[in-house]
Amino acid sequence: MTRGTFLDLCYLVAAITFILALKGLSSPKHARRGNMIAAVGMAIAIAATFAQPHLHHLLPMIIAMVLGAAVAVPTSRFVKMTAIPQLVAIFNGVGGGAAAVVSITTYISLTATTTVCRSFLGVSLNCYSSGGVKSVATYKILEVVLGVIIGTVSFSGSAIAFAKLQELMTGRPITYPAQQVLNAILGAAAVACAILLMTTGALVWLWILLVLAFILGIAFVLPIGGADVPVLISLLNSFTGIAVAASGFTIGNNLLIVAGTLVGASGILLTRMMSAAMGRSLPNILFSAFGSVVTASGSTEHDDGRSVRSGTAEDIGVLLAYARKVVIIPGYGLAVAQAQHVVRELAEELKDRGVDVCFAIHPVAGRMPGHMNVLLAEANVPYDELKEMDEANPEMSTTDVALVVGANDTVNPAAHTTPGSPIYGMPIINADQATNVVFLKRSMRPGFAGIDNDLLYNPKTVLLFGDAKDTLTKLVASVKSA
Amino acid sequence: MILSDVLSNPNIQYLTVFILSAFVGIEVISKVPSILHTPLMSGSNAIHGVIIVGSMLVLGNATTNVEVVLGTIAVFLATLNVVGGFVVTDRMLEMFKTKPEDKRPADKDPA
Repeated sequence: MTRGTFLDLCYLVAAITFILALKGLSSPKHARRGNMIAAVGMAIAIAATFAQPHLHHLLPMIIAMVLGAAVAVPTSRFVKMTAIPQLVAIFNGVGGGAAAVVSITTYISLTATTTVCRSFLGVSLNCYSSGGVKSVATYKILEVVLGVIIGTVSFSGSAIAFAKLQELMTGRPITYPAQQVLNAILGAAAVACAILLMTTGALVWLWILLVLAFILGIAFVLPIGGADVPVLISLLNSFTGIAVAASGFTIGNNLLIVAGTLVGASGILLTRMMSAAMGRSLPNILFSAFGSVVTASGSTEHDDGRSVRSGTAEDIGVLLAYARKVVIIPGYGLAVAQAQHVVRELAEELKDRGVDVCFAIHPVAGRMPGHMNVLLAEANVPYDELKEMDEANPEMSTTDVALVVGANDTVNPAAHTTPGSPIYGMPIINADQATNVVFLKRSMRPGFAGIDNDLLYNPKTVLLFGDAKDTLTKLVASVKSA
Repeated sequence: MILSDVLSNPNIQYLTVFILSAFVGIEVISKVPSILHTPLMSGSNAIHGVIIVGSMLVLGNATTNVEVVLGTIAVFLATLNVVGGFVVTDRMLEMFKTKPEDKRPADKDPA
């Protein structure tokens, strides 16, 4: 067996591990092992690449890798759980950027030398018929164009998604006049650029294309509201996969094609599942500028005669302690306050008093699907106390107290009652059907979607303002003494 | 064109691999429960970090300074993607490590 064949087999092994990993990640039992398998596969692929013949510039390569790892490990290890969505966005973005750079560099290399085929990589590079190519084949340029556009859109789009989640900029959709027209012009310009590149082969068009794609990525993400950003990240993740596959075509590497396509295809499906969980279609999320209708109305302008009732921790503690059935509905506020352990304590305290307690988890509670499950699992909340929305909703009407901790949009009855509302049609947890509703909130600020919640003004609702961790701690104390 | 020509044409091979991978990708995750949406996204995020292989090949075969600089940037970005992707995913999944059955006893000791 030649060295080339052996290394190709190593790549095949890596490709198989990626398939197994995706399979594992789809089941709660094997998820962690799935991730490990992929990591092993990746290590094999990297080792095999180091063993490739005629690999130069090892010094900058190793320095770049060490630096990359030195940045990535501490960031991903020590960042707060709440910031994980941002991290996924940023790691996805850099992957897209890498794919774009790989495509560009390959194009430069293809055009710079005429004997590309024989000297490049030592792998067969699509010039199997003739001795050397002077100009690059059109389909080859098309592959480069796809890699650059998709990779760059993913890069700049992820950067904006990161900024939105990190609250470096507003989470509200950003719209401006003639937005769609401008986007269409940008898109058309990119297509024109791609055609010019294919006909002339001049490198300058590729650079212009890079800039256009960068702007396009930003323009694509700006009008998407904060609450939809998780779905967006999933879509951009899929984009990066496709960009990686395109790079794989360009440099003629099957592993990149397999892994990129796997991620691209599964990512599209995952994105659709996520938007389905929010009761909305993907085009609706991408192009409807969700929540923008209310951007004008600020958070303090709702004193239009309606008032909210705020209670003390003691009152609410008694209410909870003497209830028969309490459903806790956690949201992003719980995650921000790192209150998952205190909420478990409260649940246990109530259970000790014979109260029937469970958690109702909205599929998109928090900033990412599964966010709450992860947090509560971290706090050792028993798995069987976590109820999914469909399971919890039928029980809401027999619930004495719905305790909403840092959630808002996911219990907003406007989703059922107000056809004009941007969240109309989104499935919610029917907290409004419970006999009493308690909101633990930081302020009267509307939720991430930026819309007002009528449930807050409902006579059966009591509010307790403050950081979720503090208010929950007070509740635990007052339940104990009740 | 003779069949063997078609089959030995690397472009057709790449296209074949591409199409088949697309079907596998859709099939393999079709049953994922909603609680695993985020870890799955993060895990596949790490998998497309395989662009590190492409970046290394491009850098390793660079002949001009521009290519070396671009290749180094690509390797750096791809390393962030791979390493960060796997570590973040593992951190998310760490939370799932205790299964419902072994969770009960674990619950008892912290009073």
